[in-house]
Amino acid sequence: MFDALKELVNYFSDPKWSFTITTVVFVAALFWRRLWTNLGGLVMLVGVTLYFVVSMFDENFRLVVAKPDNVPIVMMVYFVGFFVWLSMKKAYDNDERIANGEPTFEKTEANDKIFTWPDLVFSEFICMVILTVLLVVWSIMLQAPLEEPANTAVAPNPSKAPWYFLGLQEMLVYFDPWMAGVVLPSLIIVGLCAIPYIDTNTKGNGYFTFKERRSEIVLFMYGFVVLWCYLIVVGTFMRGPNWNFFGLYEYWDINKVEPLVNVDLSEYIFIKMLGVGLPSFWLVRELPGILLLLLYFVVLPVGLTKLQFFKRYYDDMGASRFYVGIGLFLTMMLLPIKMYLRWAFNLKYLVHIQEFFFNV
Amino acid sequence: MLKDLQKAIVKSQVWKSIFRVGIPTDNRKRAMAMLGNVVLHLHPIKVKKSGLRMSYTWCMGGTAFFLFLVETITGLLLMFYYRPTVEYAYFDMVDLREVAAFGIMREMHRWAAHAMVIAVWLHMFRVFMTGSYKPPREFNWNVGVILLVLTLLLSFTGYLLPWDQLAIWAITVGSNMARATPLLGHEGPGAALLQLGGTKLIHVGSDARFGLIAGRTIGGGTLIRFYVLHCVAIPFVAAFLIAVHFWRVRRDGGISGPV
Ligand code: HEM
Repeated sequence: MFDALKELVNYFSDPKWSFTITTVVFVAALFWRRLWTNLGGLVMLVGVTLYFVVSMFDENFRLVVAKPDNVPIVMMVYFVGFFVWLSMKKAYDNDERIANGEPTFEKTEANDKIFTWPDLVFSEFICMVILTVLLVVWSIMLQAPLEEPANTAVAPNPSKAPWYFLGLQEMLVYFDPWMAGVVLPSLIIVGLCAIPYIDTNTKGNGYFTFKERRSEIVLFMYGFVVLWCYLIVVGTFMRGPNWNFFGLYEYWDINKVEPLVNVDLSEYIFIKMLGVGLPSFWLVRELPGILLLLLYFVVLPVGLTKLQFFKRYYDDMGASRFYVGIGLFLTMMLLPIKMYLRWAFNLKYLVHIQEFFFNV
Repeated sequence: MLKDLQKAIVKSQVWKSIFRVGIPTDNRKRAMAMLGNVVLHLHPIKVKKSGLRMSYTWCMGGTAFFLFLVETITGLLLMFYYRPTVEYAYFDMVDLREVAAFGIMREMHRWAAHAMVIAVWLHMFRVFMTGSYKPPREFNWNVGVILLVLTLLLSFTGYLLPWDQLAIWAITVGSNMARATPLLGHEGPGAALLQLGGTKLIHVGSDARFGLIAGRTIGGGTLIRFYVLHCVAIPFVAAFLIAVHFWRVRRDGGISGPV
């Protein structure tokens, strides 16, 4: 029975399934919000913990999860889950208050000023004591890893970046290093910096709310939870030797081979569809991909302004904010799009100009 | 007896010279206590009740700061012991683990570093969810984003220092990305365009990766470079920006709240 269950989990932890499931759960959670923001959250917590504890009896699962440096990721999963729950619960509570014409919870206390000494100083002190104790206990229980001495000649397989960069390393499956390692991370930073200047919604400043800033919250949570955190989890727990995928209970077999059958867009068009063979001049060869990207990054944003939903934002934000925002949004969406293109069509590159190392 | 002793201490000239106000028992003294102490005066005298709630700030910024302090202290202690050279680095780690008194500092330093990364992410998430980046706090959000990047860089540069397989290969994977930097990496798009009279300006021995790891492969040069970045350069900048960050929290009207 257990084995069949494990097989099932292995099967569905494959990124194409687990990513889809994560996305669907994310959307569903936003619709059926009351299902999980009250008691449901507790049930989920218990469920996940049970699952986790039971899984620890599996040797392969334990091998990966209990690596000292992977412990923080388990922590991250719990904390992110908890704080998503907490912030959304508070947001929905406030939304109900607003709908009833009552002031938000924060508002009822906003004009209430209290002395820093003793209230704030003491709670800070207590926090510090608790954190210190936790840290000392953690340090006693779990030894910091120390492997064999450094040897530049023997690469471990898999070689992994520190865990907080594993989302980026996981993106290497779908993009070349210049995109996954340089351009996209830079754009994440730029995008984060740009948030306060793009977002012109004056509501929802200084209190939790969902209703008053739906799109902002959905976008941010999608980026943070569904893309960033999810990819870290995959990169840590489900990528073994040669960066192959391994199910949660699968043994990390060095000899597992995955056939490389990925095909470029140009090959699809010129060889499979037109049957003429690849043109030798790169510009002609890559024209379909280049056009597609232009369509995506130039024509689509302009087209969107014609839609009622986006028109509203366009009018509120003004052209420059709108286009910068949409540009960043579309860049973020390039990742899931590329993921699905890979899973559905084995697509390798949309544009593949090896001559200049320019591959998207 | 104890009461008398306490009284005697609090009344003594030494005590009074340090804590001028004594135990704050009325509002005036509560205010004086905050103003008279260099650490406490980071805080205003009074705060919004809503901003004090754990369920509002999650105490995450504070946690990040606390962990930063832990890193500073434990890191300093580790520096007494650790030598950033290819000959010694690994064996100093072994010693820390096996013979050094307070070798547990290494554990604390490592786990607090991981925890700090998570705390900073969660702090950012909290700030986003309460819309606290909106005017007038746009700039402080940006200071925060830079702090986030610095936190990751601190952690990344520190990852190399144990000089074991885990360390050098993680840094290899990470720094290999720099190869592909557009224009500045020798395998990056556009690098080939940077030529001077037919000589390539960007090659393995001059590109962004070379600058990062001080060589064509990870070696002693990388170790000392990461060490200095990790122990001096980045902490210095981070500490400065944290000061700016806190200053701005107050200048922007304290912890955000509904207007
Ligand atoms: C080393 C990293 C950081 C430290 C030590 C730090 C510390 C703090 C502290 C102690 C506060 C007071 C309120 C609270 O605890 O929530 C605060 C507020 C704030 N932080 Fe940070 N922070 C860091 C990183 C960040 C990041 C990554 C961001 C955003 C990208 C950010 C944006 C802000 C903003 C906008 C406020 C004002 C919030 C409000 O008024 O409600 N900080 N920070």
